Amino acid sequence: MDSHLPFEVIAAIRFLREGLVQTLLIVVGVAVGVSVIVFMSALLNGVQSNILNRVLSTQAQVVVLPRKDVSRPLLKDGAARVIRVVQSRTQRQVTVDQWRKLRDSFARTASIDVVSPMASGPVFIVRGSATRTVTVTGIEPEHYYHFVAIPDDIIAGTSRLTGQDILLGKDLTEDLGIKIGDRVLLRTASGGADTLNVAGIFDLGNKGFNQRTVITMLNTAQNLLGTVGEVSSIDLTLKDPYTADEVADTIGAVHPVEADSWIRTNAQFFTAMRTQTISFSAIRTSVGLSVALGIASVLVVSVVQRSREIGILRAMGAGQGQIMRLFLVQGGIVGLIGSILGSALARGFLVLWQVFARNPDGTPFFAVEIPPSLYVLTAVLATICGVLAAAVPALRASRLDPVVAIRG
Amino acid sequence: MAEAVLSLQGIRKTYNAGTEVETEVLHGIDMALFKGEFCALIGPSGSGKSTLLNIIGLLDRPTSGSLAIEGHDTGRLDDRGLTQLRGHSIGFVFQYHHLIPAFTAQENVMMPLLVQRGFPDAAMQARAEELLAQVGLTRWRNNKAMSMSGGQQQRVAIARALAANPAIVLADEPTGNLDTKSAETVFGMMRDVNLASGTSFLVVTHNMALAKRCDRIIEVVDGQIVASP
Repeated sequence: MDSHLPFEVIAAIRFLREGLVQTLLIVVGVAVGVSVIVFMSALLNGVQSNILNRVLSTQAQVVVLPRKDVSRPLLKDGAARVIRVVQSRTQRQVTVDQWRKLRDSFARTASIDVVSPMASGPVFIVRGSATRTVTVTGIEPEHYYHFVAIPDDIIAGTSRLTGQDILLGKDLTEDLGIKIGDRVLLRTASGGADTLNVAGIFDLGNKGFNQRTVITMLNTAQNLLGTVGEVSSIDLTLKDPYTADEVADTIGAVHPVEADSWIRTNAQFFTAMRTQTISFSAIRTSVGLSVALGIASVLVVSVVQRSREIGILRAMGAGQGQIMRLFLVQGGIVGLIGSILGSALARGFLVLWQVFARNPDGTPFFAVEIPPSLYVLTAVLATICGVLAAAVPALRASRLDPVVAIRG
Repeated sequence: MAEAVLSLQGIRKTYNAGTEVETEVLHGIDMALFKGEFCALIGPSGSGKSTLLNIIGLLDRPTSGSLAIEGHDTGRLDDRGLTQLRGHSIGFVFQYHHLIPAFTAQENVMMPLLVQRGFPDAAMQARAEELLAQVGLTRWRNNKAMSMSGGQQQRVAIARALAANPAIVLADEPTGNLDTKSAETVFGMMRDVNLASGTSFLVVTHNMALAKRCDRIIEVVDGQIVASP
């Protein structure tokens, strides 16, 4: 007997070992349940962070825009019965007022990570007889590249820009037959035009972005669009992307600008993610519950089988508390061993997933990892769950009348 | 006169009290067991012997009357107190041995000490070895209960009953399930222990030959003591 273990643990281990088949069955049951939960948690995390990365890789988390002009009817409601149609205004102002002051203020805000002013607007890109409508986006690369990882996604040329350079998306260059070093004409509707050098071609994995975005230096875009010294928006990335709503609300309240958060502009995407999380929680809860019920039912049977032994232990001076703990510990041990086996099983599923779930080009769909903390958390939760599941059988065991129990 | 390790006064036990099937099985038992005494408790089936033994063993409470063990008035103790007193003062030997099959002979003998102290230690191991030697089972100490004969198991049970050095050993038909030879060995062993250590024994038996070899015979008939010479 191990002198470091208390009576309850020694007896719990012996009882579990003695009813080996019963113990193995329930441990395997727990392991299967745990593996489903761990594997699905990892998969869901992988899917969600992958989607999130894709969404965030082409957009800022908060976009600061000029305030919109609105029409104000002269007659107020209630003043008289009038029939009226209020037309929305065409927006005159397309640039952010006093953007340098705003930029400096944002740069000093703790929750904001990167501030990237942009000048963008619609232009035609012309090459020979082919014309496409695109958005020219003038950027400060040292800031913009922080949240749109253009340098990582350059497939030809360079991401370094001078005032005469542009970067184009892969699909646009294919449409127009453009290669590195070509010069292309950009022309605005109001007559501004510039001929620029194609310095690099990028592929962000997003066809819309690849096809319709032309990236150039901020002042080049300002000149082309006829808004010298002005910017059309300021893009912000945050220390914590999920605080975007609050940050946007604060900016809108403090400064005379509009601020859109990526969470609001992607509301549907978030609803989808939330639905996925909720349905997964429901699955996890029901798997957890059936595992707990499995442990409880095996232990209830065990209490009946061992009632005589419980009676003898009571006759020898074991207290109700000791008998109760003896069964709680059995539940805990089953939970712990089951969770260790289950985690190993989940790891196995993951390896299989990574072998079989691949894109046609052989790359994995997305990165799925089981963080070490998930193993620890699972072990702790499964042990607690086992102990809780053992509560009813343990209470029954402790309340057995020793006289009746010994008689069997 | 030696001091009484056990004394009962006016012990009554009623089952289903207050209902139509109310039954009184013990009708005011007065008795005592003295230090070092080896006493037989006899009586026909259904006479209330087992109920009396359960009450003396603190596994059951009397409906009325007082029970003192080594001077402790058990009526004043709560369940926890009864459990502790039971662990310290009383050893049990049952008819069907009742060893715990998941443990070896030696571990079964250690069990009363283990449940009291919480953790196993070298002292209780030594005590178990000493007791197993006393019942002649040193060779079998690492055997599980099920790999021993009935007589051997009952000798382990006697060793276990003595582990905590109790003042009283209650034996409920300890030889009832054994062949004559084993019964003789087991009985002789209990008598030896009694003589050597001065532990008092109260032995329920149907075997008159054995009962006659005890210091005293207490006979219970219909819930009353009819003879206690």
